[in-house]
Amino acid sequence: MVMKTELVTLNMGPHHPSTHGVFRMRVTLDGEVVVEMEPMFGYLHRGLEKLAEGRTYTQIIPFTDRLDYVSSMAGNLAYCVAVEKLAQVEVPERAEYIRVIICELQRMVNHLIAVGFFINDLGALQTPLQYMWREREKVVDLFEMQSGQRFLYNYMRIGGVSHDLAPEFIPALKKFLDDFIGYYEEFEDLLKGNEIIQSRTIGTGVISAEQAIDYAMSGPCLRATGVNWDLRRDDSYSIYDRFDFDVIVGENGDNWDRYRVRMGEIMQSHRIIRQALEQLEELSPGSVNAELPQLLRPPVGEAYAAIEAPKGEMGFYLVSDGSIAPYRWHCRAPDFVNLCALRDMVVGGKIADLIVTFGSIDICLASVDR
Amino acid sequence: MRLKALAGTEAAPRIEEKLSGSVIESNEACMVVNKDSIAGIMQLLKESAEFDFDYINNITAVDNFDHFEVIYNVTSIAKKHTLCVKARIPGRDNPEIPSVTSIWKGADFQEREVYDLMGIRFIDHPNLKRIALWEGFEGHPLRKDFL
Amino acid sequence: MPDYDNLILPYSSGDADKDEGLLINEIIARSQQPIPDPDAWLQGVDHGGVVLTTVDAVLGWARKRSLWPMLFGLACCAFEMMAAAGNRWDISRFGMEIFRPSPRQADMMIIAGTLTWKMAPAVRQLYDQMAEPKWVLAMGSCAISGGTFSESYSVVPGINRILPVDVYVPGCPPRPEGLYHGLLELHEKIQKQGYLKDNVHLPRLD
Repeated sequence: MVMKTELVTLNMGPHHPSTHGVFRMRVTLDGEVVVEMEPMFGYLHRGLEKLAEGRTYTQIIPFTDRLDYVSSMAGNLAYCVAVEKLAQVEVPERAEYIRVIICELQRMVNHLIAVGFFINDLGALQTPLQYMWREREKVVDLFEMQSGQRFLYNYMRIGGVSHDLAPEFIPALKKFLDDFIGYYEEFEDLLKGNEIIQSRTIGTGVISAEQAIDYAMSGPCLRATGVNWDLRRDDSYSIYDRFDFDVIVGENGDNWDRYRVRMGEIMQSHRIIRQALEQLEELSPGSVNAELPQLLRPPVGEAYAAIEAPKGEMGFYLVSDGSIAPYRWHCRAPDFVNLCALRDMVVGGKIADLIVTFGSIDICLASVDR
Repeated sequence: MRLKALAGTEAAPRIEEKLSGSVIESNEACMVVNKDSIAGIMQLLKESAEFDFDYINNITAVDNFDHFEVIYNVTSIAKKHTLCVKARIPGRDNPEIPSVTSIWKGADFQEREVYDLMGIRFIDHPNLKRIALWEGFEGHPLRKDFL
Repeated sequence: MPDYDNLILPYSSGDADKDEGLLINEIIARSQQPIPDPDAWLQGVDHGGVVLTTVDAVLGWARKRSLWPMLFGLACCAFEMMAAAGNRWDISRFGMEIFRPSPRQADMMIIAGTLTWKMAPAVRQLYDQMAEPKWVLAMGSCAISGGTFSESYSVVPGINRILPVDVYVPGCPPRPEGLYHGLLELHEKIQKQGYLKDNVHLPRLD
């Protein structure tokens, strides 16, 4: 005997316990199976693209912090790389090494926090998150030595970075890297073999490689489906071609693979930072900022440049008309484009898996809405 | 290694011989095309073996005072090259352009955002409505005449 | 089992969006002036006279030591709020580590982050659902006055257009120590406010 069911629409409103920000979904359910999902955002749309047309190129750098606030150094770096491509500015070598170290530290922090919130969505109320947060506090102390701020750093500048490394930075960084390996193994011991995580995430939220490329996904979400694409290796910006690292690739494109890819990338970042520290010690001290005028006027033209931010491919499209402010400033946010695929990942599954899948894509609403 | 950025002057003749009359101009950085033939050009760029552009990086629009331009940045993961294509829409009243959502599904949200903020309608888009602002908001903020 | 290929949804998304838009336009029209801050307690209003002073003191102590904030982070300041609640600056020493997702169970709202006009009806509805007595703390410069984004077309220039605010904590973002300073000021206010608190009556939205 078949039970007769009716469709129910549920509004998972802009305010909800899953702490990813103000995101709204209209979900239509048949029992517990998700039949249709409509994502709605714009609840944090601040009009950054219009505001940027009235500010000079250096005044926009604090805006790029507030785009993806979990990994604000990557936002800074993406913008600076785009302006340097537009204005053809050479960055001094010492600044490049500092940028790589800072960006890889930021990647480690972002992945730890992303995994922490992902496991929070699975039901482990905040305990793994507090362990990961402890590591984040240590890295935030290192960043505070450099930029003076705990959170939205405003550290990179067009043509380099704003301050050279503080004398106590490198010993503190080495101590952090040495201690981190023990903590990472503790996380793996506690979480990797956990039966609940494995049974809830293996096989849920699946997306195939062809669909992922069609939806233009990027970052760990794309690599989890098996596509071996990483902008640090395939379209090297800065000095990433001098380092030796592996690109972690998954198999099935489900939630478990996205979790494993992120954990693997944390150790690869650790490896890159160690190599960068060795190469930095052999470098003679120099300036960390290119000589640029106070108000930069790039030549007329346009440029699109993208970096491998922790969440995916973050790019900026800039059009210049020769004056001190950009004519058009557009940010290609990785999580905005990754969200396009969410509907295909959850339709047909259960509603409990919807929250887990949404958490595993790792979005930051300020970057989605801009 | 770096991805090879195809120059507009390289790609333009090969597009012209299949779809003549569609390329307006081309230079080192990009290729400017006619807006009505954009769907045919994108289909060609995706499916032909020499181009094989399967990944759409970025869709955005610029308001130059007498015309709009919609910019598409595409990449080929297998062949490792990139291209920038611009579609020019003359005039300011009711700008319209065919949608490329049927070619790359990732164009969906990006085109909705261009519609919301610039006011350019995409013909044959499955779900063209405002995404960042609310229904009932008057005007399109990123236009140069919005204050 | 419904036919997944020809699905007839039980709602019309176009109509629902239009209703939402009308509500937002209405709230913009009504919020052109800021709501005055509830600061009648500064004049030392005497409600019950000498009979109720011990009751006032005990109630004030009990309320301030058991505030339950609502989990309401909008943007970047939410991260500093979570850091303040985390393992380094422990908010549990004040009894506030239970951030409630539901407004019915909370008595304080920390608005952390930029408020946009699209989100404003939801915030107003959450505030209306909270039971008296309730307090609001505006954290960060975006909540106080719109911050860096105050000239934007879609940002509310300060949450006091929509809600009455008790404590303002400046910073972009404020350090966790700054947030604690604001919380301790709020504790002082609660202690001094007394039993018969002057409630601010706002017209209901619908």
